[in-house]
Amino acid sequence: MSEMTGKIKAFRGSEISRPADVAINVFFTIYTILCIFPLLLVLVVSFSDEKTVLVNGYSLFPSQLNLAAYDFLLNDWANVVRSYGISVFVTLAGTIASLAMMALYAYPISRRDFKHRGIFSFIMVFTILYNAGLVPFYIMYTQYLHLQNTVWALMIPYLIQAFFVLVMRTFFTNSVPVELLESAKIDGAGEWRIFAQVVLPLSLPVLASVGLLCTLNYWNDWFMSMLFVNDNVHVNIQYRMYKALQDLQYLSSNSTAYAAILAQNPNFQMPSETVRMAMAVIGIGPIVFAYPFFQRFFIRGLTVGAVKG
Amino acid sequence: MDQVMHAAAPPVPQPKRRHRQNQGYWRRFGVFYLMMAPALIVLLLNNYLPMIGSVIAFKNVNYQVGIWKSPWVGFENFQYLFNASDAWRITRNTILYNAVFIVLNMAVGVAFALMFNAMRSRRAAKFHQTMMFLPYFLSWVIITYLVYGFLNPEIGMLNKTILPWFGVERTIDWYTEPKWWTVILPIVNTWKGIGYYAVFYLAAIIGIDQEYYEAATLDGASKWRQIWTITIPLIRPVIIVLTLLQIGRIFYADFGLFYQVTRNAGSLYDTTLVIDTYVYQGFIVTGDVGMSSAAGLYQAVIGFVLVLCSNLIIRRISKEDALF
Repeated sequence: MSEMTGKIKAFRGSEISRPADVAINVFFTIYTILCIFPLLLVLVVSFSDEKTVLVNGYSLFPSQLNLAAYDFLLNDWANVVRSYGISVFVTLAGTIASLAMMALYAYPISRRDFKHRGIFSFIMVFTILYNAGLVPFYIMYTQYLHLQNTVWALMIPYLIQAFFVLVMRTFFTNSVPVELLESAKIDGAGEWRIFAQVVLPLSLPVLASVGLLCTLNYWNDWFMSMLFVNDNVHVNIQYRMYKALQDLQYLSSNSTAYAAILAQNPNFQMPSETVRMAMAVIGIGPIVFAYPFFQRFFIRGLTVGAVKG
Repeated sequence: MDQVMHAAAPPVPQPKRRHRQNQGYWRRFGVFYLMMAPALIVLLLNNYLPMIGSVIAFKNVNYQVGIWKSPWVGFENFQYLFNASDAWRITRNTILYNAVFIVLNMAVGVAFALMFNAMRSRRAAKFHQTMMFLPYFLSWVIITYLVYGFLNPEIGMLNKTILPWFGVERTIDWYTEPKWWTVILPIVNTWKGIGYYAVFYLAAIIGIDQEYYEAATLDGASKWRQIWTITIPLIRPVIIVLTLLQIGRIFYADFGLFYQVTRNAGSLYDTTLVIDTYVYQGFIVTGDVGMSSAAGLYQAVIGFVLVLCSNLIIRRISKEDALF
């Protein structure tokens, strides 16, 4: 039909009809709006006047805007900055340590000449099959390792993710040619040198993808802070955001700035709703900014070494 | 090569040969053990040693005496657990929600992937894919804020703005009425996770050889018929593998979803309490070690059986996608 009479172009099978294409585009435009709208709402409310919000409710078009919420948070910047610092440290150090440990484990089990690689593969895979659960895990970290209220309790649980180790192993097996390893051995290189100078440079794609997923795991975690930290010092930013929403008192009782303001002005009412939304903006900000740049790698990381095709 | 050399050389007494072979193994592979050591230590501390702690479920733990000296009570904790209606409720919630999630992930994921593939403009498709994937990267805490903006009983968008649009006059106290959450939670879970599944299915669809479509077009098949007879059958293995992987984990709930988004509101527990949050509540908040560790072991054992079985089935279907 149109393919035969139209201009020469790559044959793509028959295209769907115009109306169907328009319908699909409209559908996804609506869906995209649904994805963005909630984030926009939080952003706008954080810049709204508290009284307007309390009277008119959450709205994209508040009658009054002001910066009171951010002003309050800025007064209390020490807590927020410290939580941010903890998040950044745990994420960076954790991701680097995790990548190193997992790659060092994945390499031997990917080598076909390593006789016992089956056993060590099993040791890794078994942790996916059987998980002892929360109670023994908690008791281990608090009563035996005594890691409560430290940053290590935030980092160690996520260091070794068996699934990522398997992904790396598959990559090493399939994408590092055995001939390269053998020629390196003939040249007299030891295993460490082979790993560092042959395997790692070839593995940058899988390291980048797994690394980004590790980063996401660490940055978005709030559970470890909730489990192991109760001193308000070693919590990360996600946990602080969680507490700010859950416990209205949390922001005011943990804020030296609030106490100071209250001392000067006893009638001061913390703009709680807008301050909570401002906290959310601070927490979401980095992800939303980084997202356009990294989403390609995130997506590739999810599909690499997994389903074929 | 070793065997050839031994056949050619004069016979050597047995003990010496074994010693030489062993030395060769450690010289060659000792480095590997060193490389694997850090990860093994973490696994030991984080995963394997805690497995021993599963015995807590069979004891009546008294912290004064310590765990190991606490009295052994056999299956008493499990009896308490299953006699209370809690066990049935949390199991039902966990399995039903996960079943709904699995069906939605498959149906909506495949539908989205088909639509992305059918879109004429590649750029529009890429743009919408990117937007659709964004919620996947938000943490559950952030999602709780977003949901809160809608469900806050006094000033949230639903009660204040959207429901009045539709002429609904009464305000619903979302965080205290359990029945709405059987709908809210699947919507939120799908909204967050659909990017993951749509991308997998889309990758599979793109991998289909164009020749099938060309032949079908020459035979006069419409686009819809092509989708039904070519696309879907050819991505069936992917659908089955992904679904089986999820079924394997049907006994494990997403803690963040059920704890954070519901704001852990006790009045909602009837429809929102799952095994994972039950164990957390029982152990950390209430301090009832017996019941929570029994529930934890219950989940670990049944979860193990399910994951094992589903992986064995995946192995028969598509070996590369299985774990072992």
